[in-house]
Amino acid sequence: MSAVAAAVALEGIAKKFSEFVALHGISLSIAPGEFVCFLGPSGCGKTTLLRIIAGLERQNVGTVRMAGRDVSGLPPAMRNYGIVFQSYALFPNLTVGRNVAYGLETRRMEAGAIGRRVDELLALVGLARHRDKYPAQLSGGEQQRVALARALAPMPALLLLDEPLSALDARVRQSLRHEIRGLQRRLGVTTIMVTHDQEEALAMADRIVVMNAGRVEQVGGPAEVYRRPLTPFVARFVGQMNFLSAVASPRGGWARVGETELRHQPGFVAAAGSAVTLAIRPEEIAVGPSALGVPNALTARISGAQFLGPFTRLALVVEGDGGAALECDVAATAFTALNVGEGALVPISLAPEALRAFPSAGAAS
Amino acid sequence: MSVPVGVAAGIPDRVVRHRLGREDAIRWGLIALFALVLYLFLLYPLWQVLWRSLLDNGGRFIGTANYVHYFSTPAIAASITNSLFVSAASMVLTVTLAFGYAYALTRTLMPARGLFRVAAMLPLFAPSLVQAFALIYVFGNNGIITRTTGLNVGIYGAKGIILAEVFYCFPHALLILSAALGATDARLYDAARTLGAGPVKTFLTVTLPGVKYGLVSACFVVFTLAITDFGAPKAIGGKFSVMATEIYNQVSGQQNFSMGATVSVVLLVPAVLAFVVDRLVQRRQYALVTSASKPLLPERKAWKDTSFLAYCGLIAGFIAAIYAVILVSSLVHRWPYNFGLTLKHYDFDTAGGYRSLWNSIRVAALTAIVGTTLTFVGGYVVEKCRTAAAGPLYLLSVLPVSVPGMVLGLAYIFTFNAPGSPLNLLYGTLAILIVSNVIHYFTVGFLTATTALKQMDAEFENVGASLGVPFYRTFWRVTVPIALPSIVAISMYFFLNAMVTLSAVIFIVAPGTELAAVAVLLMDDAGDTAQAAAMSVLIIATGLAVRSLYWLAMRGVTARTQAWARSGTTTEDHTP
Repeated sequence: MSAVAAAVALEGIAKKFSEFVALHGISLSIAPGEFVCFLGPSGCGKTTLLRIIAGLERQNVGTVRMAGRDVSGLPPAMRNYGIVFQSYALFPNLTVGRNVAYGLETRRMEAGAIGRRVDELLALVGLARHRDKYPAQLSGGEQQRVALARALAPMPALLLLDEPLSALDARVRQSLRHEIRGLQRRLGVTTIMVTHDQEEALAMADRIVVMNAGRVEQVGGPAEVYRRPLTPFVARFVGQMNFLSAVASPRGGWARVGETELRHQPGFVAAAGSAVTLAIRPEEIAVGPSALGVPNALTARISGAQFLGPFTRLALVVEGDGGAALECDVAATAFTALNVGEGALVPISLAPEALRAFPSAGAAS
Repeated sequence: MSVPVGVAAGIPDRVVRHRLGREDAIRWGLIALFALVLYLFLLYPLWQVLWRSLLDNGGRFIGTANYVHYFSTPAIAASITNSLFVSAASMVLTVTLAFGYAYALTRTLMPARGLFRVAAMLPLFAPSLVQAFALIYVFGNNGIITRTTGLNVGIYGAKGIILAEVFYCFPHALLILSAALGATDARLYDAARTLGAGPVKTFLTVTLPGVKYGLVSACFVVFTLAITDFGAPKAIGGKFSVMATEIYNQVSGQQNFSMGATVSVVLLVPAVLAFVVDRLVQRRQYALVTSASKPLLPERKAWKDTSFLAYCGLIAGFIAAIYAVILVSSLVHRWPYNFGLTLKHYDFDTAGGYRSLWNSIRVAALTAIVGTTLTFVGGYVVEKCRTAAAGPLYLLSVLPVSVPGMVLGLAYIFTFNAPGSPLNLLYGTLAILIVSNVIHYFTVGFLTATTALKQMDAEFENVGASLGVPFYRTFWRVTVPIALPSIVAISMYFFLNAMVTLSAVIFIVAPGTELAAVAVLLMDDAGDTAQAAAMSVLIIATGLAVRSLYWLAMRGVTARTQAWARSGTTTEDHTP
């Protein structure tokens, strides 16, 4: 970090619930204006971490700083953030306008100013018409936007979103992703969102913090996390991934799967003969004529084909002993051009620059 | 950072402390206040009873001698078996009768179900004495049946007590059972039918298992009500002594406070046991009705509807008859000899007269206000302020339901009539009657409040905190308005019970603080049975009037403050 203090800085946050360790000493720094996603499966500790930042949960060890100020010992009310919960927690007995005004009314603002701020925020989230309605009269997506407006009304330095979209229909979720992201850009408010939906994290975040079992697995931009997962967990959790058990070859950058020797991404070094795991995404496997005469070319039998609209997902079994199973996505038009069906043998290739290598579980350092 | 990362043992058990602010001070102040009230008016008095049972009347410690005396004196010890017998019999009879009635209300298309529902609730508005009076007016030595047929069924004693308890407990059992029978999933019945199960098999394999927790609950509630009731055995028991009347005899008759305390402690045992077993059983209950459930819509079946109509008509007829007998006997010159109409019995000349009725209304109103505030705020600090104190406070809050009124009253004598104690200031005031009622009926109010609070989004307080709004403001602007239907229902519950209770106040009324229900007892003792009936009529009329006002107010409240509630959902009324 340079001269500007991090909007949020976590230092060695550890949390346990009796004997269960929810967080193992997490350190993280979030820049002002950044949109960060905590991504991970349920139980990975992402929500606990968010609630510790909010002061709703108290860590056993560690420091939370906001804009350089140590807030670890401050109750939630003194931390200056807005939060949107999964349930929205809108006050059902107050109108939309009163909900949004809720955090303003205790701030010695004159009534006119409160009214203007409420109008401004409702216009911002496109709900100006609904000011006098009750939350129950709104759709799920509209309620979500009211919760967002309420959290933003007192102009907090930080916005916390706890799985804000998970209770919504797929279609509404899609459009709200854009809306929230756009709003965040315009207001420039530092935002932390917790989600278990990797697609959502990829679509919205500046940076993704992938978490697993109370630890941070990887921190990076969406493209980086997707293209260069640091661990097999990240590879498996973000996007689709094929895994192949292999053995490191004596020559560096190569590994043997059955009888075939494959070249993988450079940079990974393992002792010859040690077990490694190779990984490649379904869309990175070439099938058909384009897979002939290139490195890492193999032959595979199509054991199943699943039509998924824009593309077809093929289940492949690599020919030869071992018979590794792979899944591969082929554009619908390309699959038609191939003109093959289940049981057919097809040439495939695993491009070396796409073939990642990890130490095998158990053999990991 | 020097934090050991990734080692569970390296993480200390303590959590980082937040700076204590004004809000925390208020929160802890409320918790302390709530704990103090429960200690001073529940735990400490009960401890006094326990302690006194180990002393003789001169105040010397004699160990378990009182208990040995109690169990070895057949005349007194009989009250234990008598109590158990009467309560068990009342339980079986009441639950069986109420089950059929509840079934008719929830599972048939019998006509006039609304009317039958209301009729069955009538006993809630009368002291338990009233049922006994009516039985005496009909079957007693000078009862109308006895006089006209010459047949004396011998109503005084176990028979009379059981019958009176059945009517007294009937609405309580009915409320639980109709709630249990009402909450079912039609899909289970569809499944049973598609699998070829007949009506008997369906009843045994779907209906009964679905309501077994309700049945258990109803059994325990009726058993506890019957074993702790004082009014009915006092009025119709004759020489048949039960534990509640035994306490009264020892304390009021023989001034033997130590023996009164001893019987009290023994009476606590079955009541506490029933409560504990019920809690254990209920804990195993799982949600049978989920959001995917479909309500069961009964089908029209002529023979079924007609036979249930006859059944309910019979029971409702009996209940109505009780009230008719009380009303008529208060309005005629001399039941059953002279049926000329008169209002002279309403011109009370003993036992405080109308002053006792006004006292009762004042006490009931204040009990409603104090009880509702205390149970709701108490429920809030237990449910929403997650502190280490929540567990013990919850236990203390559900304890009163298993403390018989007689025991609480005796405990208050020991606590508030002790020489030299500053607590004596309360003795002989209306305040102590209010406190006694609040504690006696605390549990139902408290549980209604916590249920309502549990149904609220757990994040409301967190949203408030994140917006910098103090918790008490969110409590007032959000929590209370949302829970208003429950709050009004709790206050209704306190009011009605405070109007009719006898056991919790009989020991602590004093000259100037006479209550209507006690007046009924005293008038009856003095032989003024017609005046006792007249006072009963006034108590019932007050209860019905307030209940009707409540119903009207609820419609207004629902319309105005619950405008936000989704159409189709109705606010649940847990209390009669």
